[in-house]
Amino acid sequence: MAALNYTQRKKLGRGIFHVVVIFLCFLMTYPLLYMVFSSFKTAQDIFQRPNALFPQEFTLQNFPNGWRGFGGYTFSTFFGNSIFVTFFAVVGQIASSAMVAYGFARCNFKGRSIWLAIMIVTMMMPAQILIIPQYIMFNNFGWVDTFLPMIVPGYFGYPFFIFLIYQFMQGIPRDLDEAAFIDGCSKYGIFTKIILPLIKPALITAMIFAIYWKWDDFFSPMIYLSSVKKYTISIALKMFTDPSSVSDWGAAYAMATLSVLPVIIIFFCFQKYLVEGISTTGMKG
Amino acid sequence: MSQSSTSSKKSGQSKFSRFLYNDNTVGYFFIGLFVIGFLVFTVYPLFMSLYYSMTKYDGLSAPQWIGLRNYIRMFTTDIRYKKSLLTTFIYVFTSVPLRLIFALIVAMMFKRGGRVVAAYRTLFYLPSVIGGSVAVAVIWRQLWGYGGIINKAFNALGLIEGDFSFIASSSTALSTVVVLAVWQFGSPMLVFLAGLKDIPTSYYEAAEVDGANKWQQFWKITLPCLSPVIFFNLINQMISGFMAFTQAYIVTRGGPNDATNLYVVYLFERSFTSRQMGYGSAMAWVLIVIVGIMTAILFNTQHKWVFYESKGGK
Repeated sequence: MAALNYTQRKKLGRGIFHVVVIFLCFLMTYPLLYMVFSSFKTAQDIFQRPNALFPQEFTLQNFPNGWRGFGGYTFSTFFGNSIFVTFFAVVGQIASSAMVAYGFARCNFKGRSIWLAIMIVTMMMPAQILIIPQYIMFNNFGWVDTFLPMIVPGYFGYPFFIFLIYQFMQGIPRDLDEAAFIDGCSKYGIFTKIILPLIKPALITAMIFAIYWKWDDFFSPMIYLSSVKKYTISIALKMFTDPSSVSDWGAAYAMATLSVLPVIIIFFCFQKYLVEGISTTGMKG
Repeated sequence: MSQSSTSSKKSGQSKFSRFLYNDNTVGYFFIGLFVIGFLVFTVYPLFMSLYYSMTKYDGLSAPQWIGLRNYIRMFTTDIRYKKSLLTTFIYVFTSVPLRLIFALIVAMMFKRGGRVVAAYRTLFYLPSVIGGSVAVAVIWRQLWGYGGIINKAFNALGLIEGDFSFIASSSTALSTVVVLAVWQFGSPMLVFLAGLKDIPTSYYEAAEVDGANKWQQFWKITLPCLSPVIFFNLINQMISGFMAFTQAYIVTRGGPNDATNLYVVYLFERSFTSRQMGYGSAMAWVLIVIVGIMTAILFNTQHKWVFYESKGGK
């Protein structure tokens, strides 16, 4: 009599599944929840109940406190720098990558397959390996402690995005190009008039990746930027939360929360594009 | 040139426009930026780095030629280098398989389903979106530090007594960084999901008819069909594993006692903190060779375990 019939068993199984998964979701997102809620805690609360998830009383004071920044510069400067670098780097990466991808996908030039292979090898080659000679080169250009090393290389195509857009273009029927060609449109015109409007989804996917890699980038700013005035948000946050100097943890949490906020907003708005991008290219997200 | 249909079409026109619409001109016009960038930002630095690796160079005064001495020092007298190499291998060989296993399990769990399951997927993916940020590394320090939530959880389970910092102890520091890496299994998970959707359901139906249970279906159908995707994930994750920097650098600063001194962290310290750029370049070259060899090994073993469907069509 205690035996459950098939549907009951199935329902029970599903119920258990959801309970377990919701618990796992909580575990997975705990560090983020902890960060967000801690940014609303009072200093006393953080000190007395460091592991409590929810604040005893909500306070917004940490945000203005943290925004004051350090070294004579507020977080307005750091956010401004990050926005500047991200904007100009992303524009360059996407525009140049779209051009290069079109060259590979639709132009039949000598050496195409060799350059395509080179591009794919470059894509797999991690940037860190070349950091020393690049640093010396940019130093000779007088670019150290400017944003240029983080922006300019992007204007020469970014292999991962070239590949992503190239893959997408392969899926666009060539009949369209040919029809336009017969109508007297040149290869240049086909790119701007036919292909560019059609690859919008791929461009958006690439753009989202580009934005959040640039925004989170810590390695390059750390190597190239030395004056506090030029700090991007990642390096500023690193300095602001240094365990040896932090006194106001509430402010540190508040700034940490704000630093990831743009990325999270973009993620929720453009999820679909991201998922597609990763599924088709398998690249790190 | 046989294929230059573009120019033949525009035949009555000037030499210039024939040049302008030539296939080669068009092609190199579009990929030109990449060619220039590749030469300036990749090839030139690559050769310079090979040269620097055979010099003593602080980045300011002129490099002094010392031949292979950097490489010799790396493998003989530099004990920290050997430890760093070992730590990096441990890190890669634990974090990459764990990450892929979690990614696969979660992908299987959320293979199909409606809106609710999609919401779960989003939440499981969220850590991967922000996991590389400084903010998360800062939080990680709190969670795993003295009196942090992990400390309390271990207290409650009776595994540890009193205050203990997983980050300050050299025996556990690396595991905090590994867990942080494994936590971000989102992108391989999405790749697995795409791969799982490509397996025809008829395979499972046929197996069901033959009386195969779920476990057998997993080993005999899912894994073999997924093997190209696993291979692909493995290569990507391995390369990024060897390059791990930000998290180890911020959470533990390579310490304590070099316990988390991953390769790139040590490379950074040598090159930019101690300004031994010659030595750092040599380290970078060894890393290129290591990653190259590992990739080659994976490619050479793939015929043993990766199954590609015949290309003859569906």
